[in-house]
Amino acid sequence: MFAAFLQYLFSGLTSGAIYALAGLGFAIIYNASHVINFAQGEFIMIGGMASATLVAAGVPMPLAIVLALLISMAVGVALEKFAIEPARNADVVTIIIITIGASIFLRGATQIILDKEFHSLPAFSGETPIGVMGATLMPQSLWVFAVAAVMIVGLWWFFNRTMFGKAMLATSHNRLAAQLVGVGVKKVLLASFALSALLGAVGGVVVTPITFTNYEAGIMLGLKGFSAAVLGGLGNGGGAIIGGLIVGIVEALASGYLSSAYKDAIAFVIILFVLFFMPNGLFGKRGTDRV
Amino acid sequence: MGTLLEISGLTSHYGRIQALKGIDVTVAEGELVALVGANGAGKTTLLRCISGVQPVSGGSVRFDGADITTLVAEKRVGLGISQSPEGRQVFGPMSVEDNLRLGAYLRSGPEIQADMQRMYDMFPILYKKRELPAGTLSGGQQQMLAIARALMGKPRVLLLDEPSMGLAPLLVEEIFRTIVALKEAGTTIFLVEQNAYAALAIADRGYVLETGSVVLSDTGQALISNEKVKEAYLGL
Repeated sequence: MFAAFLQYLFSGLTSGAIYALAGLGFAIIYNASHVINFAQGEFIMIGGMASATLVAAGVPMPLAIVLALLISMAVGVALEKFAIEPARNADVVTIIIITIGASIFLRGATQIILDKEFHSLPAFSGETPIGVMGATLMPQSLWVFAVAAVMIVGLWWFFNRTMFGKAMLATSHNRLAAQLVGVGVKKVLLASFALSALLGAVGGVVVTPITFTNYEAGIMLGLKGFSAAVLGGLGNGGGAIIGGLIVGIVEALASGYLSSAYKDAIAFVIILFVLFFMPNGLFGKRGTDRV
Repeated sequence: MGTLLEISGLTSHYGRIQALKGIDVTVAEGELVALVGANGAGKTTLLRCISGVQPVSGGSVRFDGADITTLVAEKRVGLGISQSPEGRQVFGPMSVEDNLRLGAYLRSGPEIQADMQRMYDMFPILYKKRELPAGTLSGGQQQMLAIARALMGKPRVLLLDEPSMGLAPLLVEEIFRTIVALKEAGTTIFLVEQNAYAALAIADRGYVLETGSVVLSDTGQALISNEKVKEAYLGL
């Protein structure tokens, strides 16, 4: 009984960590531009697909992973440069639709350049399950937790301890004032896409040994990352992390105790619930400002 | 003293509405120049054009002899144009200290710390509250922070947009005393105010802006005693 619960919890935390990274990606771009980047899931997919393809082609895994992250970041930067920036005077909804178009384009391009097959990566440190109080934990899950934790700590450090990180935060709080102290908002926007792409790709790489990946894998992961971000309060980094873990755990418990047929529906139920009952999310800004 | 800031024939539009209709304004080094006018006259628009955050549709902005009309905002800060914007616009959730540090975003080196200390000496309340989120400060304290943040950029010209807006009379006095002190320390200041009397009283020269055009310009004292100005802006 408890072992089963623990088992669901492990699997929920594993996918939750990936949703958290995707949710952070949404939050970072949203903060820099108020755009919801629906191509976020494609960064996850590209990270997984590129690393799997490179490893299959004989590139040593560490190098393949680094290359996959760089490819994903390059795609993020290109997306901003060639799709978002030319439309910077359009309204936010238009730009959001552009990101949906970009995500379809990226899926199509992956299909053509790579293929339509499922791919996997070897687990980073073996496949021997670890027994924990009757439940089993795959070593790769530990990799997922650890890598997500490192990314989160790294992000915290970046936004709180580096000048450029603070400038990105400042831009999200007050774009005009940021420009007036000399922050280049174009650079901030570009960096936000590169950073979000990196977060997504890291998630994609570490989870691929568990879930496999193909050109369509980003759709669901992206939408679940989005529901994580919405649940946590759009634009709130800590909220996105907790939102991701909640989405992951609820989804795993629901598919365990109810039916696995509902697994993918959970994220959408959560989005609807949040939109109906707490549109600011768990930790979102209430609309109060000193005038 | 040479001309530092020279605006000639400047026009700017919001969509089809023309907010500035050919403005000519100069600010010389070391001067305190006031721009007064009613709400909606285009004062804030002019300052935003100078800082490069509002598109210019005609005319030119020259700074220290160089044409900066099309320069992006961050480069202008680098040249030495800092602005304390209307409505203060502090980075609310960030600490007072971070707000100040961001004022020196384009600078580096050890003297930033010394400048920060200077700001704290000038506004001791900011030192006391340095670790608090800027959004929790009172309106007057936020105004001091906005001015201090602009000063952290080591400006060659300081643009102040409505520093007295929404403040209690005692605080207004304090802000204006600060502006006078800054001027006496040699800072070049371009002050935009609705509080025409207070602004003109401390200004070397002043301009009166009406619906996008400069209608009067003279020394601050002369404008204060000008009948038209008295009637329209000073309520005398």
